[in-house]
Amino acid sequence: MKNQTDLTAVLGPDLPSTLTSRAATRYSVLRDRARRLFWALVTTALSLGLFLLVWYIATLYRVELYVRFTNIPTPGAVFDAFLVQIQVPAFQSHIVNSVRRIAIGFGMAVMVAVPLGLAIGRYERFRALVYPAIDVLRPIPAIAWVPMSIMLWPTNETSICFITFLGAFYPILVNTVGGVSAIDAVYLRAARTLGASEMFLLRTVVLPAALPHIFTGATVGIGVAWVSLIAAEMISGQFGIGYFTWEAYSLVQYADIALGMATIGLFGFLSSEIVRRAGDLVMPWFAFRVQERH
Amino acid sequence: MNTAATLEMNNATVVFGSGAMRHTVLDRVSLLVRPGEFVSLIGPSGCGKSTVLNVFAGFVRCAAGTATLDSRAITGPGPDRSVVFQQYSLFPWLNVQRNVEYGLRALGVSRRVRRAKALRLLEHAGLAQYADRYPDQLSGGMKQRVGIIRAFATDPRVLLMDEPFSALDAQTRSTMQQLLTNIWEEHRISVLFVTHDIEEAVFLSDRVFVMSAAPGRVLRELSVALPRPRDADLVDTAAFLEHVHEIRVLVRREGLVGIGESPAGATHGEDLPEELELERVLRALVRRERLAGIGESPVGATHAAISSYAQP
Repeated sequence: MKNQTDLTAVLGPDLPSTLTSRAATRYSVLRDRARRLFWALVTTALSLGLFLLVWYIATLYRVELYVRFTNIPTPGAVFDAFLVQIQVPAFQSHIVNSVRRIAIGFGMAVMVAVPLGLAIGRYERFRALVYPAIDVLRPIPAIAWVPMSIMLWPTNETSICFITFLGAFYPILVNTVGGVSAIDAVYLRAARTLGASEMFLLRTVVLPAALPHIFTGATVGIGVAWVSLIAAEMISGQFGIGYFTWEAYSLVQYADIALGMATIGLFGFLSSEIVRRAGDLVMPWFAFRVQERH
Repeated sequence: MNTAATLEMNNATVVFGSGAMRHTVLDRVSLLVRPGEFVSLIGPSGCGKSTVLNVFAGFVRCAAGTATLDSRAITGPGPDRSVVFQQYSLFPWLNVQRNVEYGLRALGVSRRVRRAKALRLLEHAGLAQYADRYPDQLSGGMKQRVGIIRAFATDPRVLLMDEPFSALDAQTRSTMQQLLTNIWEEHRISVLFVTHDIEEAVFLSDRVFVMSAAPGRVLRELSVALPRPRDADLVDTAAFLEHVHEIRVLVRREGLVGIGESPAGATHGEDLPEELELERVLRALVRRERLAGIGESPVGATHAAISSYAQP
C-alpha cells in the first residue's frame, strides 16, 4: 500500500490506469538498461576482485611455482605506495610528463598521418612516389629508433615525443590509406555530379567516408604510442611514468614498480577511452550503420 | 529554374580495356533526348545502357562519336546533369537534410538559403519529419526518394537515372514510379531513364529506346503515345498493354534475354489479344478490391491469376 502511494506521488494521480503503453515501454526499456548496467558492474567487480585475490594469495604465501612471487609486493603494499606517492610532487610530474608526451606525439601523428594517408589513398602518382619509402621504414619498431632519435633531435624531450609519434603514426597512416581505398565509388560519383570540386570532395566525402577506418587506426595507434613512450622513457628518459617504473626497479622499490605499471595501465585505458568517445562524437551516424549490419 | 536541355549522342562508340581485353561496349549509338522529354533506355543486362548514361554523366569518354548537352561536348560530371544511382548513394555521414543540401553547398549557396530550399523540397515530398535522420535509419524506398530530391535540389537541366528502383520491392517501386511521374510532370526537365523493366519504361516515358547487347546498339526507338498526367490506372488500359506488348514482342524476336526479368516477361508464351484483355480485367479487379500485396510483382500476380483462371 505504501509503495503505491509513492508511485502515485511520482508519476501522477491515476496510476496505473492511465499509464500509456508508450510510457510503459519506456519504463521497461529503462529498467532493462539499469538491470544490464547493474550486472555489468557486478561482473566487473567480481572479475577484478578475483584477480586481486589471486595476486594477494600468491604474494602472501610467496608462491614459487617456477614463477616466483618471493619479491612481488602485495596489493596492500602497492596501495600504500600509491598513498605515499600521490602526495609526492615528483610522481605527479612523472604522470604529467608522460601524458603531455602522449598528447604531443599522438596529436602530431594524427595531424600528419591523416592528411598524408588521404593523399596517398586518393592520388595514384603520389602514392607511387611516397608510399614505398614509408613502407620500407614501417617494420622498424619505434623502440629501435631510440638511439637514432636521440641523435636526430636537439633535446631528449623531442626525441621521446618523436618515438611516441612513430608508434602512433603507422597504424593511423595505414588505416587511413585503407579507408580511402575502401570508399564506395558511388559516393565519389554522386558528389561530382552534384558539383563538388576536388577540395570539397576531399573534405566532405573522402575524409568522412574514411573516418571509421581512421578511428580504427587511432585506437590501435594510441596503444602503440604508449608502448613506444614507456620504452623510450625507460631507455632515455629523465621524467615520465616509464622512467619512474624503471627507476623503482633500480632502487629496489618493488611496490613502486607495480604502482608504475598500474598507472600506465590506467592512463592507457583512459586515453583509449577518449579516442573511442571522440569517434562516437565525430561519427554519430556510424552507430546506425553498425546496427544495421548486425 | 533552369530550362530543360537537349541531350544528344551521335554515333558514340565506347571501348573498355586494352589489348586482348579490349571490347566494344557501345557501337555507334545515336539517341536524342529533347528538352523536357522523358526518355527510357531499355535493354538486357550488359548491353551498355548504363554506359550510355555514364557518358552523359561525364564518367566515361567516347572513343569515337560525340555526346553533347545543348550541342556542347560533355567533358566531365557537373551539376547541370544530376544522377540518381541504382545503389543508394546518399552520404551515410550526413543526415537527410544535409544530403539534400549537398549540391547547393558545393555550389557555394549560403547556409540559410540552402536550408530553406532543402526543407521546402523535403516538405513537398512528405519527408520533412525525416530531415534529421541518417540514411541508415531509412527504408530503401525513402532513401531513393531522398536521392531524387537531392538530384532536383540543384535545379539540374537534365536528370539521369540508372535503374533507380531496381533494388526496391514491387509495391514500393510502383509508388516511386508514380512519385517520379508527378515530380517530372511538374518540373518537365529532360530525363534519361535506364531500366530493364518494360512496364516501368512505358509507364514513365515519352519515348523508349531499346538496346541490344554485345556490342551495345540502339535497336529501335518507340514513341509512347499515352496521355498525361499518368496514374496507376494507366497500367490497366489496353493502350498501355499494347505498348508493353509491342516491346515484349520485339525483345523476344531479338532474343534479348534479361529484359523484363519479372516472371511475366520471361514466361509469357504468347501475348494473345484475349490474354491481354483478361490480364487487364483481372488487374482492374485486383485493384478495385484493394487486394494489395497479391504476388510480389503486379504482373506476376496477374499472371498467376490468369493461370488459376485458366485451370478450372
